[in-house]
Amino acid sequence: MATIIVEVMLKPEILDPQGQAVASALPRLGFTFAKSVRQGKRFEIIVEGEPTDAQLAEVNKAAETLLSNPVIETYLVKVEK
Amino acid sequence: MRIGVVTFPGTLDDYDAARAVEAAGAQAVPLFHASDDLKEVQAVVLPGGFSYGDYLRCGAIARFAPIMSSIITAAEHGFPVLGICNGFQVLTESHLLEGAMIRNKDLHFICKDQPLVIENTQTMWTNGFTAGQEIVIPLKNMEGSFQCDDATLARIEDEGRVIARYVGENPNGARNKIAGITNKRGNVVGLMPHPEHAIEDLTGPGTDGLTFFTSVLQTLVGR
Repeated sequence: MATIIVEVMLKPEILDPQGQAVASALPRLGFTFAKSVRQGKRFEIIVEGEPTDAQLAEVNKAAETLLSNPVIETYLVKVEK
Repeated sequence: MRIGVVTFPGTLDDYDAARAVEAAGAQAVPLFHASDDLKEVQAVVLPGGFSYGDYLRCGAIARFAPIMSSIITAAEHGFPVLGICNGFQVLTESHLLEGAMIRNKDLHFICKDQPLVIENTQTMWTNGFTAGQEIVIPLKNMEGSFQCDDATLARIEDEGRVIARYVGENPNGARNKIAGITNKRGNVVGLMPHPEHAIEDLTGPGTDGLTFFTSVLQTLVGR
């Protein structure tokens, strides 16, 4: 079994009020390291055996049509063993 | 005249939308997400709510419902579609309208009577207004901030496709205070605030919302 990870992030030019809220909460807890924070989504997709190229192509297609909205988001597909 | 009102799992405002359609003088026809049958309606309203729990992104899953494949095909051929709030989100996810809605800038759910200015009165859903007319209808959402890239924004503005803009303070961080847009043809309109909740004095801030529904009737009668 392998896990295919799809990470979805808002494009850099799109306002991220959730990330901003996290960024302003950090210093209140004494964490001063963050210049800014962006918040995204992570999908873990479990598949039988090693993912094939065809399977990864399908996952990319799903990431583009359903898991992300290309108007405001970008995505990254990777395999975790 | 038959106007369809779609119910997805999680839709809230289908009943009010149907009442608005009837108040405008048309017959409201309930349409169900799981069927692709448009039941010979002449226009469709996608009402507000939280379709499919708003999981993943607002409107993202509803966009793939069987009824939407019929609506998308019809809309591409000039069929009138009005998306209100969650319905607007479904239309952007369907790529019938540009842009996308993100979380309100202060992260609060907004529920208030919102003044708007109507700009484009050439669409099938706004032709009963006069350009520059100010109206007040309720705004109630969590993800209502209209966003798109600079090129898209410039194109929407240049083509005069903003149908309504927020008046006064920007309530949610929407780019250029955009509350609603239309496609090029003027048959597909998306609006974040709720005209169906402003059709009678007893239960809303006024009757300004009714004109969206009488506008499409005028369009259909004139055909």
